[in-house]
Amino acid sequence: MQEDILLRDRKGFKIGVIILLIIFLFIAFLVGNIKGTLKVEPKRIFEVIMTDDGSPERMVIWNIRLPRMILAALVGTNLALSGAILQGVMKNPLADPSIIGISSGAGLFGIVVLVVFPQYIGLVPIAAFIGAMFAAFLIYILSWKGGIQTTRIILAGVAVSALFGAGISGILVFYSDRVHGALTFMNGSLSSRSWPEVWTILPYTIAGFILVNVFAEKLNILVLGDDVARGVGLNVEATRLGFTALAAFLAASAVSVVGLLGFVGLIVPHSIRLIMGNDYKYMFPATALLGSVLLMFSDTFARTFLSPTEIPVGIVMAVVGAPFFLFLLRRE
Amino acid sequence: MKDIILGVKDLSVNYKNKNVLAGVDLEIEKGKIYSIIGPNGCGKTTLIRAMSKSLKPKKGKVLLNGDDIFEMKSKEIAKKMAILNQNNTTMSDVTVKKLVQYGRYAHRDWWKGLNKEDDDITEWAMEKTFVANLKNRRIDTLSGGERQRAWLAMSIAQKPEILLLDEPTTYLDICHQLEILELVSKLNKEEGITIVMVLHDINHAVRYSDEVIVIYDKNIYAKGDSWSILKSQVIEEVFNVQTETIIDKESNKPIFYAKRVI
Repeated sequence: MQEDILLRDRKGFKIGVIILLIIFLFIAFLVGNIKGTLKVEPKRIFEVIMTDDGSPERMVIWNIRLPRMILAALVGTNLALSGAILQGVMKNPLADPSIIGISSGAGLFGIVVLVVFPQYIGLVPIAAFIGAMFAAFLIYILSWKGGIQTTRIILAGVAVSALFGAGISGILVFYSDRVHGALTFMNGSLSSRSWPEVWTILPYTIAGFILVNVFAEKLNILVLGDDVARGVGLNVEATRLGFTALAAFLAASAVSVVGLLGFVGLIVPHSIRLIMGNDYKYMFPATALLGSVLLMFSDTFARTFLSPTEIPVGIVMAVVGAPFFLFLLRRE
Repeated sequence: MKDIILGVKDLSVNYKNKNVLAGVDLEIEKGKIYSIIGPNGCGKTTLIRAMSKSLKPKKGKVLLNGDDIFEMKSKEIAKKMAILNQNNTTMSDVTVKKLVQYGRYAHRDWWKGLNKEDDDITEWAMEKTFVANLKNRRIDTLSGGERQRAWLAMSIAQKPEILLLDEPTTYLDICHQLEILELVSKLNKEEGITIVMVLHDINHAVRYSDEVIVIYDKNIYAKGDSWSILKSQVIEEVFNVQTETIIDKESNKPIFYAKRVI
């Protein structure tokens, strides 16, 4: 009885989508390395990556474009996975780290370290993680009323987001002499990011990606509802806490290297849900891939569209993301 | 000697700062069918939720085969006890087969996939509840009766010794109500699963269960077989209605109807 399975429920289709996304990832990588003031031939890209021949192409690719593309992929993965998780644990299709204030929590704590205690710059990711967790728990406390209420989560999230946003503005006013670094932080940008940022975020991406895929089935069960999940033997509280921490950890590591970058965690998991359904076992890898592809293309666009002026990629994401958010609101 | 599978001892539960149950004692015998009835807001659902660890009691214990469920791991409970909840609305769009497979969660280690036994039990559960022909359908596309049978399949895939059902017939039409109750009673007869269900319809309760438990005023008001409950003044006192009882010649069980509000 193979025939009555819907296309998007078929295993082969889901794997096909994932393979297609891997091809897109490769194309995005090539385009990102070719495009720019200095055009580089596709076959030269690999030559200069493999060997340092002292050419200008090597300089541009190795020091600027390559690390930036990798960083875009890692940040896209983290934000997209974070959104996918939050939608599940909060049972709200509109949850996204930037919309519900987890990113601004991470941002506020990160900026405090960056601006007020610049000597401890290495602690930015940890501070951002604490801020993200703090925001997540504020949202739970504010929206909990004998269980998780989906509309309350968005309302509480908007409030939490506004609160931390005000905190960030406050810091920027009080320390206006030191805000240069913090300003780009506000607008999510990949400009002038290079290898150090790649090494900062890489361990988080690898660990996060492995963990979400290993525990995907637990999240599938949690989505069925707390009582049902508990009934079949899932430790609901531990699962929710673990996944919330994982989402905070992924969002915080992204925020601490590129600043506040919205909508990735909303657009990407949703597009995947529309294409191949809600099974997290396939959704997580596909979400990670599409997050990478989206951010790599967006950043290439942000970098080259008004060249030599760069648009912060956060603005590109907002232009794409805001209409998408409205579209989802109407569908609900 | 009575074989007690589920015991409730001196149970008090508060819900939203209001005392709903106070000092409830209850013994559920293995292999029987119990129905819990009572007026709206009397604490039927609260009792069944506390019995399944979904609500934490203020005081008292719930013992599953003698073990305190609040000290047991969720997985250990799930291997012995399954629960079918009242409002199974879900944003999930899993297929029926996948849903039933989730019922095997407690029986396997998280790093392992489904084995042959899991597959066999999944098939068995779907056959038993007549959803095998729907196995590739998504649950959000099923009718109310089909969906309830799919959830029931998931519950029995847990291979429980006892099954708790919270108003399993709500929102179903009369035909699908009977279908679910027949199914539950068949599971009891053929598989020996102990059944405890909250029901709204008093006739369903007396028709399908060995014992009826009446909850009123924060405690168990009466407990006994169908005849003893209907013969007494219990229904009139608890529901505030005047009643009439006749005998159904086919099943020899009482049928009751409410004549007027007292």
